[in-house]
Amino acid sequence: MIVSIASGKGGTGKTLVATSLAVSLPKAQLLDCDVEEPNAFLFFPNRKLLERSECQVPVPVIDMDRCVHCGSCSDACAFNALAALPQEVLVFPELCHGCGGCVLACPEKAIKEGRRTVGHIFRAISGDHDLVWGELRLGEARTTPLIRAVRERASPGIAIVDCPPGTSCSLVEAVRGTDFCLLVTEPTPFGLYDLDLALKVLAKMEIPRGVLVNKGGIGDSKVYEYLERRKIALLMEIPMSREIAELYSRGLILAEEIPAWRERFAALAEAIGEMIP
Amino acid sequence: MKQLAVVSGKGGTGKTSVVASLAALARGVAVIADCDVDAPDLHLILHPQIRERREFFGIKRAVIDQQRCTKCMLCQDHCRFGAIADLKIDQLACEGCGVCKLVCPAQAVEMIDRLSGYAYISDTRYGPLVHAELLPGEEASGKLVAMVRELARDLASSLGLDLVLIDGSPGIGCPVIASLSGVDLALVVTEPTISAEHDLERILGVTDHFGIQSCVCINKYDLNPQTARHIEELCRARGTDVAAKLPFDPAVVEAMVKGVPVVELDRPISDLLRALWKRLREQLSR
Repeated sequence: MIVSIASGKGGTGKTLVATSLAVSLPKAQLLDCDVEEPNAFLFFPNRKLLERSECQVPVPVIDMDRCVHCGSCSDACAFNALAALPQEVLVFPELCHGCGGCVLACPEKAIKEGRRTVGHIFRAISGDHDLVWGELRLGEARTTPLIRAVRERASPGIAIVDCPPGTSCSLVEAVRGTDFCLLVTEPTPFGLYDLDLALKVLAKMEIPRGVLVNKGGIGDSKVYEYLERRKIALLMEIPMSREIAELYSRGLILAEEIPAWRERFAALAEAIGEMIP
Repeated sequence: MKQLAVVSGKGGTGKTSVVASLAALARGVAVIADCDVDAPDLHLILHPQIRERREFFGIKRAVIDQQRCTKCMLCQDHCRFGAIADLKIDQLACEGCGVCKLVCPAQAVEMIDRLSGYAYISDTRYGPLVHAELLPGEEASGKLVAMVRELARDLASSLGLDLVLIDGSPGIGCPVIASLSGVDLALVVTEPTISAEHDLERILGVTDHFGIQSCVCINKYDLNPQTARHIEELCRARGTDVAAKLPFDPAVVEAMVKGVPVVELDRPISDLLRALWKRLREQLSR
């Protein structure tokens, strides 16, 4: 069972929920797919690092002895990653999606593919929990190959996927193929607006979903009205509390610090399990 | 014309609430640009009256003409994004590279423009706002950010306004880089949590990487004064100005529910936001 934790709006408590859910389930694996700003591993200070590997993507390498400057490669590139000038061909690696189109388009077989590193994949163990996360290299724009590499390390059994905020390609890549997506929101206008956007993406992807409201008590009641109107399951509520915010700020896991929450998160996992067709 | 981008690394640190207040303080001198096109929220506070809507075409998408298709499977074999299964295109996985069209011997694949979102030019009480909407699950958010910024710059120069105020998205990837490229100053809004501190170091690494001057606002600093001090030390050590320290204040959410910039509620936090605005103006005029 793979459960993704997403939100739309940032800072609603995805990592708080993902870490607590993982430690409440024996042997659960935690995959942090927020590769731009991975945080989940920070909550496991006793982790033992097992793996640090490079995430590499293909990038064109041009053999200028063979190149006849026909411009076929730059015409074929949908991402403007190649510019064929009269005397040379410029490659912009950050724009390249690694599709291999230029290699196929070149009539002189002057293009080969090299590899470039866009980030790193880490795997660690903490207690009986397997942790995997990706770390995008600073200055890199494309997240999807690294998210894919993290997701590929999902082991059979229970895996919790901590997703990036937003509603575009990074989110799509992180939630793709997960059995259930738990959306974490807050009862504020911003939380509701972005929840609605994220729910639209998940509906399009046909992923079963439910909602957790964090920071209950702040804002207004519109999120609750929205969920009732749309018949979307409200699976848990975490109240706004200075104690919980402080635990989080110090890098402590709610379900480990307050045992009652461990039980609630275990029950949440059970409820999710029942919602998976 | 100067460009100021507000970013954060970690999400939910208070970017949009800060930007809404800066927009109110910059009334009449700035064009505001909501570049968080994935999850835009600034309009919930600024209540734009839309004047103009532009269509945004992101990347093209492949479509297979089943009549022409000879089922040779070359497209499926060459697609590196796993976007073709049983000779059908998974539109959410397709990156629009066009390799399928390139390899198809039967000319059965077309690359078509697909509407991926909209950009809007609007009026608000505080001045013009350029904002956008990315349709659910669409890609190319960086390209839409670039479009919003171009519209905002054009608007600022045609109206003779001195500043483009940019609300960025969380993270450090494509839309953030598109929000930051070429700005005069980046304000990074952070909070005293170990997550935000970790993310702050990464976003400052990105601003350094692109040679962009940056300063920091520590929001909700009193939630964990020790971590807040740690962040201040970190900033001092790398020569980054801490332009403001804002306390946790329920007025921020109260203002969000009311749909007004928090600076207008006239609470203690309002004076701190005014001081931040003054400091930012000084840094921009250097």
